[in-house]
Amino acid sequence: MPTFWLVVALFALSAAGFFLGRQRALQAAGGDARQLHSLPSYYGLNVALTSLVPALGVLVIWLFAQPMIIESTVSGMIPDDLIPEATTRGLVMSDVRRVAEGLDTAIAQGAMTRDEVNTISTDDTDVRARLGEVGVALGSEVRSEVLSAAQRYRRMSQTGAVWMSIVVAVLAIAGLALAYLKTDKDFRARNTVERGILLLLLLAASIAILTTVGIVLSMLFETMNFFSLHSWKDFFFGSTWAPNFRGDSELSILPLLWGTLYISVVALLVAVPIGLFAAIYLSEYASYTVRSFAKPLLEILAGIPTIVYGLFALLTVGPALVKVFGRGEDGLLGVEWMSGATSVLTAGLVMGVMLIPFVSSLSDDIINAVPQTMRDGSLGLGATKSETVRQVVLPAALPGIVGAILLAASRAIGETMIVVMGAGAIAKFSGNPLEAMTTITTRIVSQLTGDTDFASPETLVAFALGLTLFVLTLGLNIFALYIVRKYREQYE
Amino acid sequence: MTDTPDTNATPHSKHGASLLELTPRTKRRNAAERRFRMYGMAAIASGLIMLVILVVNIFGAGMGAFQQTFMTLDVELLEAKLDKKGNRDIADIKKVSTFGYAPLLANAFETLVAKDGIETDLSPKKMGKLLSKGAAAQMRNYVIKNPDEIGKTVTFKFLTNSRVDGYMKGRVTRDSIANDKSISVTQLDLVDQLVAAGAIKKRVNLDFILGSDASDQRPEAAGMGVSMVGSLFMMLVVLALALPIGVAASIYLEEFAPKNWITDVIEVNISNLAAVPSIVFGILGLSVFINYMHLPMSAPLVGGLVLTLMTLPTIIISTRASLKSVPPSIRDAALGVGASKMQAVFHHVLPLAAPGILTGTIIGLAQALGETAPLLLIGMVGFIASNPPDSIAAGLMSPNSAMPAQIYEWAKRADPAFYERAWGGIIILLVFLITMNTVAVILRRRFERRW
Repeated sequence: MPTFWLVVALFALSAAGFFLGRQRALQAAGGDARQLHSLPSYYGLNVALTSLVPALGVLVIWLFAQPMIIESTVSGMIPDDLIPEATTRGLVMSDVRRVAEGLDTAIAQGAMTRDEVNTISTDDTDVRARLGEVGVALGSEVRSEVLSAAQRYRRMSQTGAVWMSIVVAVLAIAGLALAYLKTDKDFRARNTVERGILLLLLLAASIAILTTVGIVLSMLFETMNFFSLHSWKDFFFGSTWAPNFRGDSELSILPLLWGTLYISVVALLVAVPIGLFAAIYLSEYASYTVRSFAKPLLEILAGIPTIVYGLFALLTVGPALVKVFGRGEDGLLGVEWMSGATSVLTAGLVMGVMLIPFVSSLSDDIINAVPQTMRDGSLGLGATKSETVRQVVLPAALPGIVGAILLAASRAIGETMIVVMGAGAIAKFSGNPLEAMTTITTRIVSQLTGDTDFASPETLVAFALGLTLFVLTLGLNIFALYIVRKYREQYE
Repeated sequence: MTDTPDTNATPHSKHGASLLELTPRTKRRNAAERRFRMYGMAAIASGLIMLVILVVNIFGAGMGAFQQTFMTLDVELLEAKLDKKGNRDIADIKKVSTFGYAPLLANAFETLVAKDGIETDLSPKKMGKLLSKGAAAQMRNYVIKNPDEIGKTVTFKFLTNSRVDGYMKGRVTRDSIANDKSISVTQLDLVDQLVAAGAIKKRVNLDFILGSDASDQRPEAAGMGVSMVGSLFMMLVVLALALPIGVAASIYLEEFAPKNWITDVIEVNISNLAAVPSIVFGILGLSVFINYMHLPMSAPLVGGLVLTLMTLPTIIISTRASLKSVPPSIRDAALGVGASKMQAVFHHVLPLAAPGILTGTIIGLAQALGETAPLLLIGMVGFIASNPPDSIAAGLMSPNSAMPAQIYEWAKRADPAFYERAWGGIIILLVFLITMNTVAVILRRRFERRW
């Protein structure tokens, strides 16, 4: 892992730079720190940062940019007429990448030598068979253009890595030398260092933006690839979800969306009444002692990992529901309405339990924000406490509570583990809560785990689903936060 | 208020009721009041009951995993089978595969049955089936380590088959095995006799906590140890990246950011990232770190990077809160004696905010530790985490599992014996989470300053 050692070397160099810079500044001042413009360690920091930061920055940018540049160069090598109908350049490129990775594996396992890999051609070797021997399965025969593109790809990656090390090392040493030579007793080291640190702080803050951009771009590109293989009309308006790995799948989001919304509604039906009443009781009725132990206990429910809820749904709630609604004569109700443990009700109930603290603590905050004077006014007119809550406090807090419920809904739509383990895998439109149904998140997981082929619509559809999910939850969140914020302003 | 409350206070009301007697309407309103109160109490109670059910269920189903049924058996390591040439050459001993050890087990059972006077119709080979499939391998490893023991009789402590273990724990009964090919009622009779003879016993099973995962065939040998190491490496990555980046971002936003649209965009972004479904971060990890940057699949490094991005908003939000709680007078005093703004922040504000930052970080880490969904997409599920990594680089880069991923993996397997493991795994996971949260609470109590 040469990059790792490169980073270690950079840090070692900058640590050395710190002591060198400090030394030189003290020397320039004749050993008397009072003669310096800044404290001695600032001179050291200046040298250390000048050598480290630009080099590290270039390293990171290089790591991100190199695949992109190589990709575009190599994909330019593939002539247009080589791209078969119904696929795209991106898909041929993924073939190229697989062959290149296969060649790397072959070298690593000792099945081929370096020279052999660079000179091999499809005329005299069966590349697919050779790669199959080392455990790299390829979907089709390797064409000569793809192979030469793959060889080019490998060569460029290797020279790229070498150049990266050289450039980064030169930059680090040059930065060190420059800052070292600039070190002098009148040099304003503190100001320079502080400007540098401010820049680093800004950079750290912008990682949030980078993440969002990364999320959107990573899903957008693959979604576009997906829509070039599969009609968008079928995705958004079709009625069947039937992936078929031999091709010709029907991939429509609507049945999944139905399952997702159905389960979320069941969850909210559990969470909203319990959470809301709990919040009202805690904020309006409960004594200090009750509040101080009930509130943290309820919030434990929010801190439990979702895998625990998933397991609870799969192994406890599901079988319990089957005992009640299924098993025919042996069941508690003597009916045969439910055949398997996974169902909308299983996932919905458990998810509802998970959401109780979300609803309760958000509503609690909002109810507490209603000014006490409004309650006093109502009580003073002779209303009972519950009348005050129902007719004064709740209407005043309503927008905020709606916001809280929307936040909980967005949480329910994006929840994964509970539905993966408790909801089932059958995509259909049905109103029966005892049937298994599937959701967007479940399908993302199942399409992207196991053997994935990033050239098939069955895999790529996961990105389109992910993007839809992202847009859906983001929209709900922004709307909810807007409502909550607007409401807060009323009383502040 | 549309319906003005009836005035009980006026004695001349149209109802003509006395002050001491409640009118029907007041009774109704009071009843409504009591009902409303009851709803609230019922809501709290049902929330707490769910919590209790959950906890009781976890511990009821999971504690069994910490105990395992073992069988002590004296095995004669026959020289004729293990070292035909008799020269104790390790290369020759290694040639004997685990199949070569199976007859030794059968012999040992025969001797045991004869010695304790146990009556059974089972053939010695069938009796050997009571033990885990790993028993032969266990003997082989022992022999390879101590070749001098060949020819002697050695007492081994073998894991029993998961069905025998289930029988000892009450999960498997004579009725439930009617269609089970891997165990029969006669075998269970033998188990009863062996228990009476003291050969089969339940013991504490440390291998569940420290050991590695095992294949589908041997639920009795599966453990959490290796996936714990995977989680540990992921948490190290999260700590090394999310803490400095999160603190730096918070300092910028709280202390230095000018009020302009860039700052607004960053703030909105952070609050939105906190609400993005975790699976979306998994997709991000898959397409950026694995497909684009070609980092290895299933590596804790990739898991750590994804969880870092997920944890950042949590850490930023709590860090900003604790920076905000440091009163401005501290900054003013520092600036007043000639510190620069940067020095005021780094020398005075940051140390005072440190306990709060630490608390937020621990809570963020606890959240990351329990997160599963993104790990499914970057491939930390679906293989057997059998070998602990041998170096730090391997720990970061070689495929491994993580605690929640391991639990999910067990829950997916067909054999119900794995369910007990999954619940047990959850107990271990919860112990970690509770410890981390307790430490966070203690830190907050101990170091929190009220200004």
